[in-house]
Amino acid sequence: MKRIFATLRIAARALRRNLMRTTLTMLGIIIGVGAVIGAVSLTNGAKSQIEAQIASMGQNVILVFSGSFSRGGVRSGWGGAGTLTIEDADAIRREIMGVTVISPESRTRAQIAAGNQNWNTQILGESPDYFDIRQWPIVSGSSFTEQDVRSANKVAVIGKTIADELFPGEDPIGQIVRVKNVPFIIVGMLSAKGLSVQGQDQDDLMVIPYTSAMKRVQRVTTLNSIMVQAAKPTLLAPAQQQIIELLRQRHRITPGKDDDFTVRNQQEIAEMATAQSKTMTVLLGAVAMVSLVVGGIGIMNIMLVSVTERTREIGIRMAIGARGGDILLQFLTEAVTLSVIGGLLGIAMGIGVSKLLSAQYAWPTLIPTQWVVYSFLFSAAVGISFGFYPARKASRLDPIDALRYE
Amino acid sequence: MAAVIHLEAIQKIYRTGGGLDVHAVRGVSAEVQAGEFVAIMGSSGSGKSTLMNIVGCLDRASGGRYLLDGLDVSGLNRDQLADIRNEKIGFIFQGFNLLSRTSALENVELPMLYLHRSLSHHEQRERAMGALATVNLAERAHHHPNQLSGGQQQRVAIARALVNRPALLLADEPTGNLDSQTSIEIMGVFQKLNDQGITIVMVTHELDIARFTKRNLIMRDGLIVSDVAVAERLNAETELRRLRDAHQAVQLS
Ligand SMILES: Nc1ncnc2c1ncn2[C@@H]1O[C@H](COP(=O)(O)OP(=O)(O)OP(=O)(O)O)[C@@H](O)[C@H]1O
Ligand SMILES: [Mg+2]
Repeated sequence: MKRIFATLRIAARALRRNLMRTTLTMLGIIIGVGAVIGAVSLTNGAKSQIEAQIASMGQNVILVFSGSFSRGGVRSGWGGAGTLTIEDADAIRREIMGVTVISPESRTRAQIAAGNQNWNTQILGESPDYFDIRQWPIVSGSSFTEQDVRSANKVAVIGKTIADELFPGEDPIGQIVRVKNVPFIIVGMLSAKGLSVQGQDQDDLMVIPYTSAMKRVQRVTTLNSIMVQAAKPTLLAPAQQQIIELLRQRHRITPGKDDDFTVRNQQEIAEMATAQSKTMTVLLGAVAMVSLVVGGIGIMNIMLVSVTERTREIGIRMAIGARGGDILLQFLTEAVTLSVIGGLLGIAMGIGVSKLLSAQYAWPTLIPTQWVVYSFLFSAAVGISFGFYPARKASRLDPIDALRYE
Repeated sequence: MAAVIHLEAIQKIYRTGGGLDVHAVRGVSAEVQAGEFVAIMGSSGSGKSTLMNIVGCLDRASGGRYLLDGLDVSGLNRDQLADIRNEKIGFIFQGFNLLSRTSALENVELPMLYLHRSLSHHEQRERAMGALATVNLAERAHHHPNQLSGGQQQRVAIARALVNRPALLLADEPTGNLDSQTSIEIMGVFQKLNDQGITIVMVTHELDIARFTKRNLIMRDGLIVSDVAVAERLNAETELRRLRDAHQAVQLS
């Protein structure tokens, strides 16, 4: 133990003696580890937000979009030109077993106004079930009702951002907001959700009855999508299958023809979203490997130079009784100190950079604890494996030859 | 009791690249008993350093037998030789061989770092300071080699050789780079250590210096050609006093 401490001290001194060289050598490891930590925090942050967002869709959710994926998976009018009708939604509600709540959806962006304030926002036409499915509490006022849907009433629930933009410092409940010159009464306000992964403001929206959206805002007769919630996870797959059969029948699609709608469950949507960030992580891992190996080669190079430069010192140490193992340990310690300090600085840099990014650009970041541990261990391993050859070379020197070395 | 050093027909052949072998030591047999103080002399290239390196377990003989304290050294592996160098032998080099940019104290502590029975930090300090005090250099403990004179550096090297308390002290031309007064001071240190019971073997080619020892071996062409006890041994303290008096006389006149 004491000997390890003494060896560490010798290593620290040897490294301090050539501070410039030490720093340059470490740089490879610092940049490698820093890049990994920084990039992984970014992708991790994105991933966790995507996951949170998908979880916020509610549980056991099936989405039915109008339009379809072509066979190659290429998008063709996904959620676009309407093929889904209110009757389809009613049929699903009536005939599919295990479906608890559904919300037909009609989405658009529109200019809204209150007094002399203008704002461009997303208008969602939904059923009152929407708030249940998404588990999105209304913090003041209340939701609109089934009656409002049946009568296509001009009522709205708004997100926090709209309240802030159109009614700063006022209570928005009971106020009038005009959408394409149609006045809506605000009946409720949603709790704030903040930014999404893509940096979008999730509170910048207005939810109105889907019938009102279709008749009074969009003037269309079809829905963009239908959100369906199954009662239990086990009912998800059968419900999905039944919905497909029901809609094919209703839309009179003959066998062999493609669906004119798309059914996806939450799991599938989550997978699509996270697949990308997984590839990203793997790619980053590979880049990290390469840069750390390059850093390791730098360490090996410097250690070889160091062994040659210090041949006489090695000779002196051996002459007064250092064993080959002592010399090996000393140079290995030096290499590992180099790589571990580089690794720690790299971790600090990675965390710093990602903190800076998230502060500066509001990018979500998540410091990956296990990656911090991995990169620490990996940089130590780099030191050991790339320091071993030079250290062994030093330890095998002949004392008398080393002493005579000029 | 076995001799400290027992050499039997020791040979050393250096194989150089051009197929030209150098027969540096050609069969040396000798014994050194505990408590002796021996000087090896001889002209340049006669094989003195080569023999010392073999005796110091820094190099291996090409032939013959070397028993150190009755132990046959030729059968030992690298680690065992390292341990012998660490514990049994103190070696002093002609070129000091101190670690640069490392204080005198830390240079002296170095052999204890490789000691099997590891000492406490406090004990190491104490021993190193003790060794430096033996060579009258305690007040320079924190100086680096480049801040010390040649004689002081050599004394640091002696302190380093002593710190693990070896029974045998080997010195290859310890006064080779020093002026005569400093050389006599070093011999004074050796005489003091020898009086304490440490066996000393040193190489020198200065006859004056050899007269401070008890026994002189003379080498020529890789062989010992003469082995005599020193008849009128000089005492370093007396000589130093005489030198100083002479110095003063010169200054006065
Ligand atoms: N590593 C070596 N390779 C080849 N030959 C060597 C080597 N070391 C010494 N020699 C040769 O061995 C012989 C004895 O050398 P050694 O160094 O023992 O002499 P020495 O008596 O110590 O001389 P000096 O008084 O000059 O130090 C010399 O001829 C020298 O050239
Ligand atoms: Mg010599």
